[in-house]
Amino acid sequence: MYVIIVGGGKVGRNLARELISKDHEVTLIESSRPAYLALEEEFEHAVQYGDATELWVLERAGIQRADLVVAVTGDDEDNMLVCQVAKEKYLCDRIIARVNNPRNHDHFRLLGIQPAVSATDLILRLIEHEVPRYGLVHLLALEEERLEIIELEVKAEAPAVGETVSNIALPEGSLIISVLREGSGFVPKADTVIEAGDEVLLVLDPGLEDAITEFFAPNGSEG
Amino acid sequence: MFVLIVGAGRVGSAVAKLALASRHEVSVLDEDPLSHERLNAGQAQSWEDSGGQFTVGTALELDALVAAGIERAEVFIASTDGDNTNLIIAQIAQKRFGIERVIVRVMDPARAGWYGEQGLHTISPTQHAIEMFERALEPELA
Repeated sequence: MYVIIVGGGKVGRNLARELISKDHEVTLIESSRPAYLALEEEFEHAVQYGDATELWVLERAGIQRADLVVAVTGDDEDNMLVCQVAKEKYLCDRIIARVNNPRNHDHFRLLGIQPAVSATDLILRLIEHEVPRYGLVHLLALEEERLEIIELEVKAEAPAVGETVSNIALPEGSLIISVLREGSGFVPKADTVIEAGDEVLLVLDPGLEDAITEFFAPNGSEG
Repeated sequence: MFVLIVGAGRVGSAVAKLALASRHEVSVLDEDPLSHERLNAGQAQSWEDSGGQFTVGTALELDALVAAGIERAEVFIASTDGDNTNLIIAQIAQKRFGIERVIVRVMDPARAGWYGEQGLHTISPTQHAIEMFERALEPELA
């Protein structure tokens, strides 16, 4: 795969190193001359000097044949612009943008720049994972598809305990896709009985979390 | 017309004054309070006394745009000193706030050209300078 990485800071540099070690072809573009000279010692011909928001700089890096463009500079406008141009002008299949200020997330979405990754959000998600609210863990948000996948640990006093899957009247727009019990997982059938201590994975429309939580880990119960 | 101008450097502030003089309602957003002084410079009356509005804030912050009146703006001018900032906020004005008259300053002729083809009204001072040089050099270049 040919990957163009824009921005040779900590993120870009380490990403380039990882991808090269996995035998991908990489061009790293850095706009500061001193930073470029330092990067050149390690990356040699795989790093280019220039402002990647200038079209000729992207063209010089071979954007026409890039499989993936990753914009990870410290400037959100630059990241948005590089990704927009890569996607819409050069028809690059895949782009990934870094969001420096989480408040700019909406702008990335508005311009169709997805996925947009923010370190703040990732860390928040990790905190959520470590300190789940009501024992609920967000595993994945499929924003385009408007779906979420969550994981819940079933509490002893939950209404779902002892019920078969077909008897649990989950809200429309939600489905149990997997049950983890005693270290192994399986796809439940209509007659599968939910037990306390099970971990259930559900796919749902966004906004149903609270209603779903009531079935498996009602408010106030501690795991 | 309600005109919102983001970025009041030499160009933005001059356009703001022109628009106000033509009796339009004008609001200016700039992150530098010094730009406010630039609007007052050489004027008999202060910018506000002449009917102008000024908001200190960053263009990418929705709160600042709303405080500056973007929701009722009929003309949006992006004239900060950053091409990429201008191109992004112009699209926000267009796509998020539905403003039809959006004019963007883009120094880089290449970016101005491509975004122009995508439907943004771009003005490239650099491109104009090139053309004027070309004209000035006509005798020599011919």
